[in-house]
Amino acid sequence: MVAEDTRRAMLDKAMKEHRYRRSALLEVLQRAQELYGYLEKDVLIYISETLNLPPSHLYGAATFYNLFRFRKPGEHIVTPCLGTACYVKGAEDILLAIESEFDVERGRSTPDGRLSLFVTRCIGACAMAPNVVLDGEVIGKATKDGVMERMERLLGGKGN
Amino acid sequence: MKPPEILSIAKTESDRQRTFKYRINVCCSSGCIPFGALEVLKSFQAAVKEFGVEKECKVARTGCVGTCSVGPAVVVDPGDYLYQSVTPETAREIVENHVVKGLPVENLLYRRAAFFEKQHRLVLRNAGKIDPLRIEDYISRGGYSALIKCLTEMSPREVIDEVSKSGLRGRGGAGFQTGQKWNFVSKAPTFPKYIIANLDEGDPGVFANRTLAEADPHAIIEGMLVASYALGAEQGYIYIRAEYPLAIQTLRKALEQARSLGLLGEHILESSMNFEIGVRLGAGAFIAGEETAILASVEGRRAMPRPRPPYPAISGLWGKPTLIQNVETLANTPLIVMNGGSRFSELGSPTCTGTKCFSLTGRTSNPGLIEVPMGTTLREVVFDIGGGVADGRSFKAVLVGGPSGGCLPESQLDLPIDYESLTKAGAIMGSGGIVVIDDQSCMVNTARFFVDFCVDESCGRCSPCRVGLFKLREVFDRIIHGEGEEKDMAMLEEVSEYIREASLCGLGQTAPNPILTTLRYFRDEYLAHIVEKRCPAGKCPMSRKGGGRGEMA
Repeated sequence: MVAEDTRRAMLDKAMKEHRYRRSALLEVLQRAQELYGYLEKDVLIYISETLNLPPSHLYGAATFYNLFRFRKPGEHIVTPCLGTACYVKGAEDILLAIESEFDVERGRSTPDGRLSLFVTRCIGACAMAPNVVLDGEVIGKATKDGVMERMERLLGGKGN
Repeated sequence: MKPPEILSIAKTESDRQRTFKYRINVCCSSGCIPFGALEVLKSFQAAVKEFGVEKECKVARTGCVGTCSVGPAVVVDPGDYLYQSVTPETAREIVENHVVKGLPVENLLYRRAAFFEKQHRLVLRNAGKIDPLRIEDYISRGGYSALIKCLTEMSPREVIDEVSKSGLRGRGGAGFQTGQKWNFVSKAPTFPKYIIANLDEGDPGVFANRTLAEADPHAIIEGMLVASYALGAEQGYIYIRAEYPLAIQTLRKALEQARSLGLLGEHILESSMNFEIGVRLGAGAFIAGEETAILASVEGRRAMPRPRPPYPAISGLWGKPTLIQNVETLANTPLIVMNGGSRFSELGSPTCTGTKCFSLTGRTSNPGLIEVPMGTTLREVVFDIGGGVADGRSFKAVLVGGPSGGCLPESQLDLPIDYESLTKAGAIMGSGGIVVIDDQSCMVNTARFFVDFCVDESCGRCSPCRVGLFKLREVFDRIIHGEGEEKDMAMLEEVSEYIREASLCGLGQTAPNPILTTLRYFRDEYLAHIVEKRCPAGKCPMSRKGGGRGEMA
C-alpha cells in the first residue's frame, strides 16, 4: 500500500489537473477510489473542502453511482456479472453458490476481511457470458464449479 | 499541419503498407484479451522474426472482428482468412504455413461464413482492419478526409443539409432525426455550444459502442469534428463508462494523436476552426445515458433527468445549446459527408436508413458484434447470422432493446428491424442489444430480473417510476414464490401502463416493456405460476423449494 501522504499528493495532483473544477467531481472521486480502494469519510471531507463543495453534495453524488464503495473492500474481490447476457446463461446460479459457499452477502465482505462479493451490471464481455471478475481478472464462459475451484485455491479453503 | 499534409500521410502509409505481402490482424479488444489475445500477438511477432519474414508480413494489433465467442480472432490478409481461438502455439503454426509456405491452416479457420453474409459494415468499416492506436492507419483508409472536405469545400449549412438528406436517425435508441437535431442546435442563438458523444452504454448485454471505441476511436472523433464544424461548437465531451478501461485508454491515446497532428485544438488544420474534446467518465448509472441526466453527470452532479422542454439543443450543458449524440450516430457522419446524404439513404429501409450495430448474445450459437442494414428481419439475425439457438435447444424468445426492451416470441421474428416496427411489437431499438432466450429460461423470472434492474437504476425523482416499479417487483416476488393470485396479472398490466404514461424520462416510460411483452406473448407461463403454482422451466424459487426438478443449471 502506498503511504498516506503520497496518496494524498496524488489526489491533489488529480484535482489540480482538473483545475479544481466542480464538474470534474466524478473523475476526482474515481481517482480517490483507485488510490484508497474505497471512499472513506476523511477523504470525502478532504475533497469537499478542496473543491469547495458542501459535503452533502459530494455524498449525494457519490452514493448515486454504483461504482463507488464506502466500505473497505476485502483482500480478494469477486464480482459476478449480472448483466442480461450473463443472467440468461446462468450467472445467478454462480452468484448464489458464492453466497452460500463463502457465507458472504452481495455488497459485503466476509468477517475476516478476506473476500468481498460485489455484483456488476455488465462488463461488456457478453459474448463470453457468464463472466466473473476475480481480483481484476475476467473469467469468461464461467461455470459454477470452475469459479468455486479457483476461489478455493485463491482463498485456501472456504471462507471463514 | 495543413490538409495536403494529412493527405500525404495517407499516401506514405498506404505505400508503406503495400510493401507487406501479408498482414496479420490480431483482435485485441476486451472480448479477446481475456482469452489470451496479447500473448497471441506476442507469439505472432516472435514467429515472423523467427521465420525471417518481418519485411513481408506485418503483424498488427486491431480491434474487434465480431466473432467474440471464438476469440482470440485473427485475420490474415490478403484473402480475409479468419482464424478462431488462436493460441500462442497455433500462431506460430499460422506463420509457418500460411505466411511462409502460402498454405492456410484449414483446421483453424472460422467456418461460419453465414455470420458475415448478411452483415454490412459501415460504422464498423475499420474494425479489425486498422490498428486503433495508430492514427496513420485510420488516415490511410480515408480517415479525416471528411473533415478536410468540410473545411475546404462545404459550408456548415451544407453539412447539416447532407445529414438531413441522409435520413440518419439517432442510434442511441430514440431514433430522432439527426439532421433536425443539428438544425436546432445550429439555430440556437447562444454561444458557446457543446457536443456530448454518448458512450455510456449502460444496457447490460450491449457492447457495440465499446467495440467501436476500441476498434476505431478516430471515427468517433472525426464524427464529433464534423458536428463541431456544422454547429460551431468549440468544446466536446466523450462521456464513457468507467467499466470500459480499454476503450477509455484507446480514446485518450487517439485524442492525443489527433491533437499532435493539429486535428484538435485551435486553428484546426490551420483553418479558423477550434475544437477540443475532453473525456468524462461515467460511474455506473444506467440512467446517465438519458440525455438530460448525462448533462447533470458531465457537470459532476447526480445523474437525474429533468423535464423537457427546454431541450438540450436549446439549453444543455451549463445552460448552453448542446448536441447529445450516440457515438454510433457520430461515426456515420464522416461517411455522409464523403459520399453524400442521398447515397447513404439508399441503404436500409425507407423510414430507417443506414445500418445498425447489434450485440448478439444469450443462448445464440454465434454470439458477437454484428452490423446489419436497417430492415433486416429478426429471423435473419437470430437464425442466419446467429446460427440459431446454442446446444440444440429450442428457441423461446428474443429480447430486443436491453432491460427495458421487449421479449418477442417466434411469431414476431419476421419483423424488420426499424424503430417503428419494434415499437409496435412492444420492444424498442434501445442501444442495440439482442439476447436470445431458449426453453431453459422462465419468462416470468426473466421479466422480474428486468424489473429488479430498473428498480435499482431508477433515479428516484418521479414517483411512477420509483414507487411503481418497486410495487411491480413485489408482485413478481409473490408470483415466483408460488403466492400469486389471478388478479395479479391485471395489476401488473395496470401499474405498467401508469408507469409508462406518467414517468418523466425514457427509463420509466420503457421499463414496463418486458412485463407487457411477456404478458402479451407468454401468458401461459404466468398462468402456470399463478394457477398451477409451477414454474415450467424450473427456474423460480418455488420449484427450488419443491425440489425434484433437475433442470436447474
